[in-house]
Amino acid sequence: MISPGISIFPSIGLRALDELWFQVAGTICNLTCNHCFISCSPQNHSFEFLLFDEVEVALLDSVGHGVREYYFTGGEPFLNKDLRRMLKRTLDFGPATVLTNGTVLKPEWLEELYAAEQAGRFSLEFRVSIDGPSAKINDPIRGTGTFVKAIQGVRLLCEAGFLPIITMTQTWDDSENARIMKDFGLVLKKHGCHRPRLKILPRLKIGAEENRAEGYKETERITPEMMLEFDRDQLLCHHSRVVTSRGIYVCPILLESPDARMGDSLADSLDPFTMRHGACYTCYQYGAICTNSTMRPAEPRSES
Amino acid sequence: MKLALFGGLYSNYLSLEAAISEVNARGADAVYCLGDLGGFGPYPDRVFPRLRDCNIACVQGNYDNSIGNELDDCQCGYTDPRDNHFAQISYDYTLSHSSEDNKAWLRNLPKEIRVKVDGLNVLLCHGSPRRTNEFLWESATSTAFLDRLCLEHDADVIAGTHSGIHWQHKLMNGRRYVNVGVLGRPENDGQSCVWCVMLRTGVDADPGADVCDGSNAAVPISVDFLMIEYDYLQLAAEMRAESLPEEFVETVLSGWWTTCLEILPSRERRTGRY
Repeated sequence: MISPGISIFPSIGLRALDELWFQVAGTICNLTCNHCFISCSPQNHSFEFLLFDEVEVALLDSVGHGVREYYFTGGEPFLNKDLRRMLKRTLDFGPATVLTNGTVLKPEWLEELYAAEQAGRFSLEFRVSIDGPSAKINDPIRGTGTFVKAIQGVRLLCEAGFLPIITMTQTWDDSENARIMKDFGLVLKKHGCHRPRLKILPRLKIGAEENRAEGYKETERITPEMMLEFDRDQLLCHHSRVVTSRGIYVCPILLESPDARMGDSLADSLDPFTMRHGACYTCYQYGAICTNSTMRPAEPRSES
Repeated sequence: MKLALFGGLYSNYLSLEAAISEVNARGADAVYCLGDLGGFGPYPDRVFPRLRDCNIACVQGNYDNSIGNELDDCQCGYTDPRDNHFAQISYDYTLSHSSEDNKAWLRNLPKEIRVKVDGLNVLLCHGSPRRTNEFLWESATSTAFLDRLCLEHDADVIAGTHSGIHWQHKLMNGRRYVNVGVLGRPENDGQSCVWCVMLRTGVDADPGADVCDGSNAAVPISVDFLMIEYDYLQLAAEMRAESLPEEFVETVLSGWWTTCLEILPSRERRTGRY
């Protein structure tokens, strides 16, 4: 939702194209999570699957931009039958990360991908969305039975040799974070994940989440003053773009916002973006939450 | 030319001494430190006299910037609560045991050093040329990205440290990215040794070495990763004497990282024990 309350929003240029995202499953997902910021579901065809050739063209194009790493998201990426082929091709160019719900994974797919990763130099990361350490916390959000299925997916990833990152969207009070992390660590170890990598993510109050809980207030926007001396590297739009079936978008969160479409190709999607959305405010608060950030939040001060 | 390059001292004055002896024995023409002098180890002031005595020019690391400016933390930016817990113990110890003179010295270190070597533009930085606390891991950094850094920063060779594990990658036109590793702690490989680099160029490179023809005429480049053995048992004893966490001591003794693991890409992490 665009706020009518603030007339001037700050603009942010693309410093460099460090990460290239592929909305590889569009908005199509086997789950219908009631907090999904782009309302993915089996029926949501707003964005369709990407084709292998579309990914190939973007990969070749990305070299000239000096892209550092690649992300695959959806929807559920593994619903795209070409995903494994795409990932194997991507590993010729750089590291890849898949954002998955973990519920449709098959051992033979993961064995194939692990072998592909081992044959090259780059990491293949998996970020598995599970919204809490128990079915009681997760399933009301992600659907009945999804906790058990996702944990099984984590087990398969670990058995294949991967070290998945588990991401939780926080639907509890901050005071619960330490306990949740501890509990989840124990649960993961019990299910064959002996080196748990856990991250708690903030809710993005758009899409389905806006209906489930609440949307952004008009005051929850980035103002020009807030950008003064702010470390812009913490914002995904400063160093990323997303390839979708409907063109290039500024970030994977704002797909339902028409102004987030930046162009038809990478070359014409490099203009600055106006950060007028509530979700921009969340990124401002928490940093580039979608990525395995290598640019840490604290930038050393300039020399005195 | 022979340039000795090391970084990530983490107060390990024992390995620093061993590294200086090693590179001197190998005939280094110049020695550079790529930053992060403190943290992790005991007695942070002990590395400074040796660096000054040997005229070793230093780049400012994120830790140096923090200690020099007396910031609240080391600016590694961990998000895992356990990692932050141990990083803060290390930082608070280092800050409280660093002299005011050494803090002032750290505060004024440059963020990069550029050296012209046999016609090559060598850029020495801590994390990356564009950001002091940026991690460049072998498994998470594409060749295209490193090529871009070289072009954007007008460098034939970029050398950095910060991530704690040595690696190198050959780039377009024979350019090179080199992560020199760290002297302060082992590399999460089960060995007690630490690492640094000897960069040899021109007539000092190996016969038949890869040639860089980036900025100037073709210049051969050889990169030697030097394994530095030192008295790690003494270091461990001194860490215990200073009541530093047993988790840190375990790393020194075993060669496996026990903390600050969250930042590792899966591939680098899988090679470790934890």
